[in-house]
Amino acid sequence: MSSKPVIATASLAGCFGCHMSFLDIDERLLELIELVEFDKSPIDDLKKFTRPVDIGLIEGGCCNAENVEVLRSFRKNCRILISLGECAVMGGLPAMRNTISLKDCLEEAYLNSPTVAPEDRVIPNDEDLPLLLDRVYPCHEVVKIDYFLPGCPPSADLIWEALTALVQNRPMKLDYQLIKYD
Amino acid sequence: MPEKLKFSIDGREGLADQGMTIYEAARVIGVYIPVLCHYEGLKPVGSCRICSILVNGRWLASCTQPLSEGMVIENNTPQVIEYRRAIIEMLLAEGNHFCPACEKSGNCELQALAYRYGIMVPRFPYQFPQRQIEAYPGFLLDHNRCVQCQRCVRAIQTEDGQKIFAMKNRSKDVRVNVDRKLAAKLSPDQIQKAMDICPVGAILKKEVGFLRPIGQRKYDRQPIGSEIEGKK
Repeated sequence: MSSKPVIATASLAGCFGCHMSFLDIDERLLELIELVEFDKSPIDDLKKFTRPVDIGLIEGGCCNAENVEVLRSFRKNCRILISLGECAVMGGLPAMRNTISLKDCLEEAYLNSPTVAPEDRVIPNDEDLPLLLDRVYPCHEVVKIDYFLPGCPPSADLIWEALTALVQNRPMKLDYQLIKYD
Repeated sequence: MPEKLKFSIDGREGLADQGMTIYEAARVIGVYIPVLCHYEGLKPVGSCRICSILVNGRWLASCTQPLSEGMVIENNTPQVIEYRRAIIEMLLAEGNHFCPACEKSGNCELQALAYRYGIMVPRFPYQFPQRQIEAYPGFLLDHNRCVQCQRCVRAIQTEDGQKIFAMKNRSKDVRVNVDRKLAAKLSPDQIQKAMDICPVGAILKKEVGFLRPIGQRKYDRQPIGSEIEGKK
């Protein structure tokens, strides 16, 4: 077991924009791999947890049963869990469906939309598809979240500052320009 | 009665003219008190309570409360800051504030206040209420974002003095209502004024969109209130 802190990341009901912003730390990635190791994450393509994790970064809220399952597994395996980006913090753009009933959403998308061909008018119901939730939930309404980093996406500088502060066990220095909701 | 009134805010002493509100007096000595419903030049209504301050252990809305001689005002104390944070968080959770999709983002006073007070997430559960978006000639009214400040009600009138915006319903159902016939008579300049005066993105002029790039918007670089605190 290594002594470096271990990081895991996941994208739930998000667009991977927060992960792209994470990569936007550019050459600091080289510094980061000196500081930490990655476990389950799209960054190293590890699909399952292999060890206890120190910091988990969650992009996206919960829109289906699979999101909830992944989020709960992160809570179980991570010492510190961070909501990364507007979708994880408040549901984000996927949560725009929260003011419309799930039935109406599905009917509009798969039955009544003018771009759906008449022979294709069917609501997907394959057992391999994760079940949709009644609405999109912010992560902290499903499990306990320790830190929130807002932004769409959060800037690379914000992610860098938050991660290095946690790894180096010092308070985060969050300048005014680092915190944005868009 | 003396001509000027003596007062202090968080230990800082000042003199201000009689008849001034606490909010106005604070500005004179370069102290920023946040406001959402109040707007320079409009008759204050004191509805949002974000400008609340403590005098003698009592909460007062500084935009409506006249200054009196010898007032000792608490503004930037932990208790007052916490009270204001709670109001901002309630507003954020009560409506549908999807900042990434809002044309007002970066120029929005509610968002700017949330930045200023360092709010990462509201402590209250998001309500996701069902609200309408109304289209009028030249502008949109998005009830998802409206904070019922009544600035538009007070500020926007036709040339012959008729009001275009009014409030309807009560309590949690209170909404801005628009006179459709009169609204059609608004000039592009009046619509621009309505959009500028709206503290959030509820009134949007059509065909404007995301006009200023990120980094050059009103509250991108400096917190709201810096311009008042800078004066001193």
